[in-house]
Amino acid sequence: MGHLALKYLGGAIPPGVLNLHEKLRQIAAAYAGKKGATIPLLQKAQEEFGYLSEETISEIAGFLGLTKNEVYGIATFYAQFRFERQGEHTIKCCQGTACYVQGGHRIVEAVEDELELEVGETTTGDYKFSLEKVACFGSCALAPVMVVDKTVYGRLTPVKARQIVAEY
Amino acid sequence: MSFGEIRDQAISEWGALQGSEKPRIIVGTATCGRAAGAMAVMEIIDKELSRLGIEAIVTQVGCIGLCYAEPIVDIIKPNQPRISYGSVTPQIVVQLVEDYIVNDNPRPDLALGTIGEGGIVGIPRLFELPVLKPQVRLSLRNCGHIDPAEIKQYVANDGYAGFARALEMAPEEIIGEISKSGLRGRGGAGASTGFKWERLWEAQGDEKYIICNADEGDPGAFMDRALLEGDPHAVLEGMLIGAYATGANYAYIYCRAEYPLAIERLERALDQMRECGLLGDNILGSDFSLEIAVKEGAGAFVCGEETALIASIEGKRGMPRSRPPFPAVSGLWGKPTNVNNVETWASVSAILQKGAEWYASFGTEKSKGTKTFALAGKIVHTGLIEVPMGIPLGDIVNKIGGGIVDSKQLKSVLTGGPSGGCLPATMLDLPVDYENLAEAGSIVGSGGMLVADEDTCMVDMARFFLAFVQNESCGKCVPCRVGTGEMLKILERITRGEGQSTDVERLEQLSGLVKSTSLCALGGTAPNPVLTTIRYFRDEYEAHIEEKRCPALVCNDLISYYILPDKCEACGICLRECPVQAITGDKRMVHIIDQEKCTKCNTCLSVCPERFRAVVKVSGEAPEVPSQLVPVTASQTRQAVEG
Repeated sequence: MGHLALKYLGGAIPPGVLNLHEKLRQIAAAYAGKKGATIPLLQKAQEEFGYLSEETISEIAGFLGLTKNEVYGIATFYAQFRFERQGEHTIKCCQGTACYVQGGHRIVEAVEDELELEVGETTTGDYKFSLEKVACFGSCALAPVMVVDKTVYGRLTPVKARQIVAEY
Repeated sequence: MSFGEIRDQAISEWGALQGSEKPRIIVGTATCGRAAGAMAVMEIIDKELSRLGIEAIVTQVGCIGLCYAEPIVDIIKPNQPRISYGSVTPQIVVQLVEDYIVNDNPRPDLALGTIGEGGIVGIPRLFELPVLKPQVRLSLRNCGHIDPAEIKQYVANDGYAGFARALEMAPEEIIGEISKSGLRGRGGAGASTGFKWERLWEAQGDEKYIICNADEGDPGAFMDRALLEGDPHAVLEGMLIGAYATGANYAYIYCRAEYPLAIERLERALDQMRECGLLGDNILGSDFSLEIAVKEGAGAFVCGEETALIASIEGKRGMPRSRPPFPAVSGLWGKPTNVNNVETWASVSAILQKGAEWYASFGTEKSKGTKTFALAGKIVHTGLIEVPMGIPLGDIVNKIGGGIVDSKQLKSVLTGGPSGGCLPATMLDLPVDYENLAEAGSIVGSGGMLVADEDTCMVDMARFFLAFVQNESCGKCVPCRVGTGEMLKILERITRGEGQSTDVERLEQLSGLVKSTSLCALGGTAPNPVLTTIRYFRDEYEAHIEEKRCPALVCNDLISYYILPDKCEACGICLRECPVQAITGDKRMVHIIDQEKCTKCNTCLSVCPERFRAVVKVSGEAPEVPSQLVPVTASQTRQAVEG
């Protein structure tokens, strides 16, 4: 906290930063004095802002009394955290074992093609969709599976997957 | 209110529900039910009931395990047995409400089976079906039976009776009871639960922790999810018993973030425990106090390893450390800690409710009790099962699983996920328990059981698992970080058709090295899929390496698609559908696939009409096809044959 006050002592706080700082302060208040707060704090921040910007990381480091490096070290270890702006809808394609043997990789290919994503790209240019490949949702009996936001779609075919994406 | 009073009230409410004069509709709304459309069915049920002015009791339950038949809807009419209906769509549920609830026709054509006393002509008894008959449901005892969001329904079904009994016992007696039951860790390692508890009990200090490991990371496993969604109190009661017996006063449940419904159910269950005096200070008026908190994982497979899990709760990178010291001596925040898996905790509550001898009457000499498995892959009855330890593998695949989809041949059963092994179809007599699976080169693991058919390439499967492990390796120790990477490189070149004659030997050497020198079980078990596929499917490795051929026609670099000139009718469908314009053709001219352009996406094969079957997928051989467009002859050939 002190760290933040010092950072902006010399001049006006940019409006965006104030907003971010205020929101994070509210989020962080729930964890004040609690052990093991780093990951829950990062999770809440990501829930609020959609991803962890460098500024967010910097503010969180301030709250926790850690360096930015340390917070990045922790955040980048876990698959859940995003460091770039995400699309409005998140499509998660399961690449677990059951989905793999049922052709899950063909579902990803179909979605990538439908979204016109280039190799390595995960978010569409209009920020409507982000695509993630995840290990397993535990809905293996309905493989292949994909999850759009919070809705689970099972027993997919490439054609069905394209239709679902097109409807959003 | 005392526990006795809560229990009396719960039992009377449960009794009233069972004897209700109103019809009851029960919908399975665990994640798999939802994925299959259960929520849409729920909506229609509500609409239909209000449209027809029917007063009915609609409840949501967890997963009964018959995932292949989801969504599942059960209907109970007064004085009638409960009828389960499978694969229920919104259209079907409208019919069921009208035909059965309004007009008394139980629709045997749509029913899976009946549950409870009495029968209905034309409908089998559910638990007599081959898929359920060999099963023994101890951990899953309430899944699909009670509303997981209502603690009273759990209490009415012997819930928390085990804990109430434990409170009357000395901690040593409880640990003795668990040891006597023979319960071993259900998370994969199979360590004696009683032994682990004893170590925590002996540990000094007034701050001790127990942890429920719900970081079910094995891709292909969903036992813990189903259990937490379907009966969270069975797990929580086990944790109360464990904490009381070991002297722990704080508890954590470390649950994957990918399981939002399980987390929601847990949070609700914890609130209800608190309301009933089963959580917090002086539980049920005793000297025993416990706090339980849910920690959401952030996506790291290695956090299933106990020391990594502990580091993650502490807010650090989830990296394992060497043991000793074991967590029982120095665990969370450096305090004595014991970690057990979800299913282990659910077994604990069953043992205290029914007794160690009862539990030990199931299973084999060294592997007592039951084990849940998540059956998936190319099997007819995909789902969640619970079987006594020692059941032959073949009973799981053929009786419970109903055999292989599309009458294909079974090739392999994969147990233990990326840490396990690929067993061949010749081992169906193998009794499934810790000892026998270990001897076969696999492990029981947490319970993922994936069935692979003849269309699965075992070399590719080994590559898949190793790629997963390599990606999830935390990077702390060299053998796992570099060793699995080297192994993956070899497997990748084999599946590309660039394998060298010494590769299998090299894989075996590296496997031995990674197994024996890795810091934790992630690396220590990572070579298992490679070693078992070499042991049981060496011919497939040889075909890839020596003949540059993938016998299962899976490895993209080793397969090709061709259009057979004597079968092609020039219908033009494949030409239109090919996403990369690799097919040329013309009216009445045999179509040709440009091998340079083909990306092997399988579209042409899947769209070629069944009656032509002109597209073939081959490996290591090529049929004779024209290089330039030639006229179609298929119809004439067919006419000649038929005429």
